[in-house]
Amino acid sequence: MRRLRALLIKEFIQMGRDRLTLAIMGLLPVIQLLIFGFAINTEVKHLPTVLYDQSVSAESRELVRGFQSAGYFDIRYGAGSFAEMNALIQGGRAKVGIAIPPDYQERLRSGRQASVQVIVDASDSMSAASAISTAQMIGLVKSQQVLFDRISPGSSGSRELPVDVRIRPWYNPDMVSSHYMVPGILAIVLSMTMMMITSMAIVRERERGTLEQLIVTPMRTWELMAGKILPYVVVGYAQLTLGLLIGILVFRIPVRGSLLLFYGLTSLHILASLAWGILISSVARTQMQAMQMSFFALMPSILLSGFMFPREAMPAFFRAISNILPVTFFLQISRGILLKGVA
Amino acid sequence: MDAVATRDLTRRFGHFTAVDRVNFRIPAGSVFGFLGPNGSGKTTTIRMLCGILEPTSGSAEILGMDLFSGREAIKANLGYMSQKFSLYDDLTAAENLDFYAGLFSLPRALARERIEAVVRMAGLSGRTKERVAGLSGGIRQRLALGCAILHRPRLLFLDEPTSGVDPRSRRRFWDIIYDLASGGTTIMVTTHFMDEAEHCDSIGFMYDGRLIALGTPRELKGFVPGSVWEVLSDEPMDLLRDLEGNPGFLDVAVYGRSLHVIAEPGAEGILARVGARKIAPSLEDVFVHLVKAERGEKAA
Ligand SMILES: Nc1ncnc2c1ncn2[C@@H]1O[C@H](COP(=O)(O)OP(=O)(O)OP(=O)(O)O)[C@@H](O)[C@H]1O
Ligand SMILES: [Mg+2]
Repeated sequence: MRRLRALLIKEFIQMGRDRLTLAIMGLLPVIQLLIFGFAINTEVKHLPTVLYDQSVSAESRELVRGFQSAGYFDIRYGAGSFAEMNALIQGGRAKVGIAIPPDYQERLRSGRQASVQVIVDASDSMSAASAISTAQMIGLVKSQQVLFDRISPGSSGSRELPVDVRIRPWYNPDMVSSHYMVPGILAIVLSMTMMMITSMAIVRERERGTLEQLIVTPMRTWELMAGKILPYVVVGYAQLTLGLLIGILVFRIPVRGSLLLFYGLTSLHILASLAWGILISSVARTQMQAMQMSFFALMPSILLSGFMFPREAMPAFFRAISNILPVTFFLQISRGILLKGVA
Repeated sequence: MDAVATRDLTRRFGHFTAVDRVNFRIPAGSVFGFLGPNGSGKTTTIRMLCGILEPTSGSAEILGMDLFSGREAIKANLGYMSQKFSLYDDLTAAENLDFYAGLFSLPRALARERIEAVVRMAGLSGRTKERVAGLSGGIRQRLALGCAILHRPRLLFLDEPTSGVDPRSRRRFWDIIYDLASGGTTIMVTTHFMDEAEHCDSIGFMYDGRLIALGTPRELKGFVPGSVWEVLSDEPMDLLRDLEGNPGFLDVAVYGRSLHVIAEPGAEGILARVGARKIAPSLEDVFVHLVKAERGEKAA
């Protein structure tokens, strides 16, 4: 016990004096959360849109209002030709183009189908997907409206629809992406720091020759391991708390489930990541290598855990890989407890 | 009783043999000097004796216990100061000492007493709150020694403890070594300094992984097969060319601005003519001669 105590004290003193370690511990979660939470916003709103209205009629204006009121499309440009519209999209100034045919009014009035062309710049797949589905929804609502108008002409005062088409996202009703992102970022940041700090701390001892000195003392292997693991478990929980506070105070994520359960299950995630760190330290020769290998080991976690892309859409092979990543499970745990209130 | 006794201790790295069937004994309470050129296998031998490195073959008895089966019991009685400085330089001197006191589970009161003694011995008074990184080489080495002897080990391995240390600090370091030895501690120390080697009770000389000479300094000097002469010269290289190859000379070597010649009894006439002076052989003469003899044997 005396030996373990000496190790722990030493480890904490060193931790407090190493600027790099402190920066990784404190700044990383704050910066990551703020960057990911604010900047990587997967909600798509205010897409710059170019309109090529060849109909110029009451009906076409009505349709355009429909697009605008959804909040997704900002009509910034009016084009005089297809060429002009395409140029704006290709030049990247507009993400969406809406082309209304000249016979739009005529066709609607005569009860034939009128097709409106919506062009979406799909190079950014996330915005594209959401723009397409929104445009489809608007189109659907519009046609129902028109249908309804035709069936009961004259009652132009009431604009109520017979069928209310509305998609209701559960758990995250406003589709606030930061709610979805914060648990993910917490998982990644925890994994990264745990792997990086432990592997670097162990490699540092070997690099400087202090490990060799420890081997010659009566220190047991388990004491050495515990001395390296326990301090970083504490760090992990400090980070988790910091991240959670930012999540709650800045991004207003709900905490629907039990925090106690959440903290309890997090220990599994922390230990799994520490185990990765120890594995890395047995291969890496220098602290630099340890850092790079930690990043490398983290890449699959970012890409495959469901943090960025839904696991459901992955080929079976990659889904199998994601099943051995600690982040995958922590994501399910944290999203489950925080957002769904699963117990 | 012997504190260390090796039996054909051998260590190979791949096909390279770093330590080749080495046999020696260190009587308890004596100072054993371990010498040899760079890469001759000194550190590798010590690392095996400390239990850091597994021998490829052979074995050793440490403090009467077997190197393998007695490992844990040996550790409590072992002090080791590695060739590479290995204290935590982001900790202060006091924090390092506290850490090592903890590692050896010293009771608090005893730890305080021993740390005080070490601080006095290392000349650290008033500087214990400084980070180790900022201390001078001499003080750092004394502090490292202090950490290695906090638990009063019966056997102490010091791997080049005085390299990169100024002469005054070296003297001071050796005073501590004698103190410890007179208190009954067995010490095995490697060094490249011949003056330090002179002060050891016995010496082992390594070359190419083999122990090629073993004995007290006086015994080793008896290995020189003739008398040793010193010739002063402003152009020692020219003189070397003149004297080398003379049938009566066993060995000619340059030492700065002088030559040392090992001569057979009959060849002393020539030496008198160039103004040579007969001197007592130094350990350096012995080792230069031994190394040349080894090389000659290899070439043959
Ligand atoms: N872990 C290792 N792997 C491969 N070769 C090694 C290893 N450790 C030492 N060697 C080699 O074994 C030889 C003996 O090294 P050792 O460090 O024991 O020499 P030394 O006598 O202590 O030299 P120095 O005076 O420079 O400290 C060297 O050639 C070295 O390169
Ligand atoms: Mg060495």
